[in-house]
Amino acid sequence: MNTSVNLAGIKMKNPVTVASGTFGYGREFEEFIDLNKLGGICTKGTSLKPRAGNKPPRVYETPAGMLNAIGLQNPGVTYFMENDLPYLKKFDTAIIVNACGSTIEEYVELAKVLNTLDIDGVELNLSCPNVKAGCLAFGTTYEGVKEVTSQVRKVLDKPLIVKLTPNVTDITMPAKGAEDAGADGVSLINTLLGMSIDIHTRRPHLANNTGGLSGPCVKPVGVRMVYQVAGKVNIPILGLGGIVTANDAIEYMLAGASAVSIGTGNFIAPDVAIKVVDGIEDYMKKYNIQDINEIVGTVQMN
Amino acid sequence: MKVNCKAEIVKIEQLKQDLYKFSIKAEEIVSSSKPGHFIEIRVVDGIEPLLRRPISIYNLDKENGILEFIFQVKGKGTELLSKRKVGEKLDIIGPLGYGTFKVKDYQNVAIIGGGIGMFPLYELAKELKQKTTTNVHVYMGFRNKELITLEEEFKNVSDELTITTDDGSYGISGFAINELKKDCQKQAPDKIFACGPLPMLKAVQAFANENNIPCEISLEQKMACGLGACLGCAVKTAKSPSDAPEYWHVCKAGPVFNATDVEI
Repeated sequence: MNTSVNLAGIKMKNPVTVASGTFGYGREFEEFIDLNKLGGICTKGTSLKPRAGNKPPRVYETPAGMLNAIGLQNPGVTYFMENDLPYLKKFDTAIIVNACGSTIEEYVELAKVLNTLDIDGVELNLSCPNVKAGCLAFGTTYEGVKEVTSQVRKVLDKPLIVKLTPNVTDITMPAKGAEDAGADGVSLINTLLGMSIDIHTRRPHLANNTGGLSGPCVKPVGVRMVYQVAGKVNIPILGLGGIVTANDAIEYMLAGASAVSIGTGNFIAPDVAIKVVDGIEDYMKKYNIQDINEIVGTVQMN
Repeated sequence: MKVNCKAEIVKIEQLKQDLYKFSIKAEEIVSSSKPGHFIEIRVVDGIEPLLRRPISIYNLDKENGILEFIFQVKGKGTELLSKRKVGEKLDIIGPLGYGTFKVKDYQNVAIIGGGIGMFPLYELAKELKQKTTTNVHVYMGFRNKELITLEEEFKNVSDELTITTDDGSYGISGFAINELKKDCQKQAPDKIFACGPLPMLKAVQAFANENNIPCEISLEQKMACGLGACLGCAVKTAKSPSDAPEYWHVCKAGPVFNATDVEI
């Protein structure tokens, strides 16, 4: 039985990764799970310089989901390479660094640094809904995604995955922009822009007013978008959005994802990713599937 | 060492109409817990409500491996939690937090809390009271007589107990902080510990900092994971300027902070 996958040139022992911004740089979960069992770790969104993040409250629970407006708080790439990367390298799992910036120049400078590191790939974050500069400017159009991706591509030899926002009319357009610029894969979906209001104070619950919606409530949107993108591009897809069980992960793979990421689920149960890994194997046994890659994109439409 | 386990509920007491005390068997967590730590409780197995509920530890019975927590029913999560039954198992993670109350030999300690903020102060008072050299003065503030809870319990873990009510319906009329201030004119404590509503914490923090009295405050903030991964529960550091704020996290650096370190 083969569970290993090759996602955009990144070799992983299984198709299960943990999503950026929900797993720190791994340390917080070491007491609960064996990180070696993960296919890969998408790190906390990392920028060229440290970022302080947004004012609290930054999170708010919603039906079967949550809103967040963290604002990409992170210690910066220099701190990452000196402190977190050596830690992550102790484990036998793919390291995919989620890279974020505010300008094309910043993305390019960051990509140059990442190109020198011992990591397996880069996930270019063009889709954070909580940071005004950068993501919104580049992430929502074919041209914007193509421009920043092609500039990064010129300086990055490592596998490059572009993370897409669902806050668009047609997600296949930015996906195509990434492919045409030479990206090796795309990941989707990032969070859906949302808002929640305290009816007693008549103010939004989040200090940032709006935030990104994640959790099981967004899963049908993610599955639909992965299906749409799979029909339009030829590069592999890392599917995410609301996965908390192996069944959810398999749904994404049937829709066209070559691998999956678990995000908000990590907040509910720190061992959820391991359970998804095990559950995928159970599914393979049940349906006598020899190679997990066989099921990718095999949904039969009605 | 943080542990995710299923802890059996061994006792449930309804203290007030909306206030419940749960005793759970959680040896592994109890053995490494300190005053100020909290736990994250998954109130149901499904996805609604989605997130765990962070709840402070009220009492640790180290001998029997029993952890007690008290919570107020405030929303759907705590409502569901209040309906759980003795004998059922609760999915919990703990102990959480890195900043805990520092228990050591003091001479005079003031512990001040308000309303449901009293609960995490009990284990602290209990451990300090066991130190014979330490005089423990507990100040409890409530809005009115009906809300007063755990009076006997705190009497047993303090050398002096002062109770205030905002409306004067029980104890001394007014705010607990005012009584602390009055007592400080006679003799200032060498340490203040506080937990309670934000206006009270702000008043305690301002008073302690102005008078150079070492003070630890326990904070809460909306959080998702409690593990330091989501970075949701941010609190601004005192030394960072408002136009270039820096943030720590309640679950990672706290929930107990030195009063001089954070801006609340």
